[in-house]
Amino acid sequence: MKLRRSMLFLPGANAAMLSTAFVFKPDSIMFDLEDAVSLREKDAARILVFHALQMPIYRESGMETVVRINPLSSPFGMEDLEAVVRAGVDVVRLPKTDTAEDVHQLEAEVERIERACGREVGSTKLMAAIESASGVVNAVSIAMASKRLIGIALAAFDYVMDMQTQRGDGSELYYARCAVLHAARYAKIDAFDAVFSDVNDDAGFLKEVDLIKRLGFNGKSLINPRQIELLHNAFAPTDEEVDYSRRVVAAALDGEKQGLGVISLNGKMIDAPIIEHARVVLRRAAASGTRK
Amino acid sequence: MTNSTTRRFADSLREQALEPFSGVAARIAHVATAETRHERKLCKNLEDAIRASGLKDGMTISFHHGFREGDKTINMVVAKLAEMGFRDLTLAPSSLLSCNTPLIEHIRAGVIRRIYTSGMRGKLAEAISHGLMDEPVHIHSHGGRVHLMDRGELQVDVAFLGVSTADAFGNANAVSGLSRCGSLGYAMVDAARAKTVVLLAETLVPYPNAPASIRQDQVDLVVQVDQIGDPTKISVGAVRMTSNPRELLISRFAADVIEHSGYFEDGFSLQTGSGASATAVTRFLETRMVKKGIKAGFALGGITGSIVDLHQKGLIAKLYDTQSFDAQAAESLRVNPGHYEISTNTYANPTSKGAFSDWVNVVILSALEIDLDFNVNVITGSDGVMRGASGGHSDVAAGANLPIVVAPLIRSRIPMVVEHVTTVVTPGETIGVLVTDHGIAVNPNRPDLAARLKEAGLPVFAIEELYQRSLALTGTPQPIKFLDKLVGVIRYRDGSVVDVVRQVPE
Amino acid sequence: MKIVREALAGTLESSDLMVRIAPRDAGLEIVLQSEVIHQFGAQIEAVARETLEKLGIDAAQVIIEDKGALDCVIRARLQTVVRRAADEWTADWSVLA
Repeated sequence: MKLRRSMLFLPGANAAMLSTAFVFKPDSIMFDLEDAVSLREKDAARILVFHALQMPIYRESGMETVVRINPLSSPFGMEDLEAVVRAGVDVVRLPKTDTAEDVHQLEAEVERIERACGREVGSTKLMAAIESASGVVNAVSIAMASKRLIGIALAAFDYVMDMQTQRGDGSELYYARCAVLHAARYAKIDAFDAVFSDVNDDAGFLKEVDLIKRLGFNGKSLINPRQIELLHNAFAPTDEEVDYSRRVVAAALDGEKQGLGVISLNGKMIDAPIIEHARVVLRRAAASGTRK
Repeated sequence: MTNSTTRRFADSLREQALEPFSGVAARIAHVATAETRHERKLCKNLEDAIRASGLKDGMTISFHHGFREGDKTINMVVAKLAEMGFRDLTLAPSSLLSCNTPLIEHIRAGVIRRIYTSGMRGKLAEAISHGLMDEPVHIHSHGGRVHLMDRGELQVDVAFLGVSTADAFGNANAVSGLSRCGSLGYAMVDAARAKTVVLLAETLVPYPNAPASIRQDQVDLVVQVDQIGDPTKISVGAVRMTSNPRELLISRFAADVIEHSGYFEDGFSLQTGSGASATAVTRFLETRMVKKGIKAGFALGGITGSIVDLHQKGLIAKLYDTQSFDAQAAESLRVNPGHYEISTNTYANPTSKGAFSDWVNVVILSALEIDLDFNVNVITGSDGVMRGASGGHSDVAAGANLPIVVAPLIRSRIPMVVEHVTTVVTPGETIGVLVTDHGIAVNPNRPDLAARLKEAGLPVFAIEELYQRSLALTGTPQPIKFLDKLVGVIRYRDGSVVDVVRQVPE
Repeated sequence: MKIVREALAGTLESSDLMVRIAPRDAGLEIVLQSEVIHQFGAQIEAVARETLEKLGIDAAQVIIEDKGALDCVIRARLQTVVRRAADEWTADWSVLA
């Protein structure tokens, strides 16, 4: 299972960012063809991202490449999709997903392009961004809409407008966060939180990270590379957690060997979810050490 | 005493060639009156000061560059010398910057024939790289400059030293008055060594002025001038605080290297210099120092506001300042008792009786290029044109336990790690670690250090790997073309020649 | 494809390039300015020619102001400018790769 804590947004028309962003090593790097690109630069950004996706350094770095395409209903979406599927993108992020039908339509087009260009059918993964009341209400059916979906993401900017409110202390997103998260967990896919847009407010960012981590999100979309290290560190387990998780996993292996049905550690029963959580902890520790 | 008194023994002195006393002011004229005693050094204007200094064609003049890009003294004095008809002078400022573009015409006109400097930038540097001068410029380090003076190669006839305040006798500093550059570390050297010392003082203050960075017994002449420099331009260019995520990434890696280097213990010492990443390192170090309860014994060299912050928070006990890099540092030098002004002799002269550079643990250095042998170029750009300064680079690299070079692996399309640097300024054997945005390389002569950094989980690579990685991105650059003519000679801190710079074609 | 109008692509930011294209009766004229011309001038021009040839452009005036862009950025900007200046855009993505 891939770790997806940090998903770094890069404006698709920015040549300098595309030429250097791999050094920041987010878990996923997301080239944006949608809101970060002006209407008159849509063609330029699409071609630029098409080339960036084929840079060996992105392929070899182990970073997952994601492209946020324009909606298929827009004049740009279909051509975006043609470009990025052919360029070998790992994941296509669909913006403004309101219904499962949006995902079905995207999936059909992706499969058509895969066949046309000789890419293995099913190798292009999808994620859906939920940005409206409709999307939140339909979150479960969206999350279940395709085997290609690796996750769903909450995007707050359009959502709060749709809800006739604005960003505040986080209470305005409470229902949406919980709904998206439950849908993702029900569908056994990942859940991503929205961006935190004040890049100079580290304390506010960390507070929000703490909240979404406790809620259970896998990770968060980021707009500034500086936030990656802060996020990874916040998601990193403490030394004590790692120590405990090691003992849990060891006890589980031990129990398995001895064919025990019930496994216990220090007199406490440990069951499958505890073991699975311990494995996640160890994976996070392996990725970026323990918390500093 | 009267002549009748000396008459009694005058005869007996004749054979010994000693002169009898002939009045208190007979041989020391200025003691005659209070006015001549106190104001004998004061000149009406710059022209009078130059005349009084005894400067002649072919002599050597010197300046300090404490105001960096804000300096107004060098251009003003050289323009006056040109106007007065001087020729064939050797110009020996502690360094030159982009603001010294007006010197080009004085070089063309023959006013300046030779130059010793730590570095140069801008149009002047371009013109010299393209063959402006008949003789190559001597590029020295800050410590090496003092060494060249002490061994007699660089003998300054007249030093023109800009100071923000001085009294009529020459007690001077740059922490009081209007245009304050803080430390006079470069100027202190010239004040102690030049045959004639002329102070260009922005404000004359009542005697005695204190503190006296430059002392009355070193000063020959004092002249009041309008403005010696613009302190707001000290931190332009080379020195800036960054919000660039790539520079912050490099700074964080550098702080990680320091933390796990084995030198990060209570009482350690550091120099961070003025590069963007270097300045940001202090910010990342702060949290690590607080968390581990570690305090530094001293910080050295160019002092920045961010270093002053750590000092004022009690995280660095003492600051030894040879160049104040911003207004905050200059003000701290004035008010903080633990912030000391030191000359570049005390800072880094390898043959002084004691240089701080021999005692510093951790040093952050910049680079235009570094090669597979870790040799560093801080002078020539990838096009072969000079655009930097030697500064204290080779001095502290030689003295420190842990010299760390920080730089982005690629600047736009220009690879920073190269097979052979265009110009060697600092020999690779003195460099410990290279930190880039793509990862870290440790000099193979420091296997202990490499092991510690790997153990800490840092991204350590062979420098060849970083080199290949950058070439894969940029493609292989074509070699730069040079003409035969020498335009620069790079003097190592011991006076030897470590490399030369050749003219670039138009 | 044929260049039938003037067009512009790219920016003058570091690591990017600005490309101008204009119709020409015959032949490719490439005017190159670059911050890195001493080290990469020949390489940039070769990439530009190859990119235009693959698109079948054999007559145009192309003015490139390069700010140290990587090859893939140079390709992308040239393809964009051709797309904006051509009579009809017929290139398949496989030609652009």
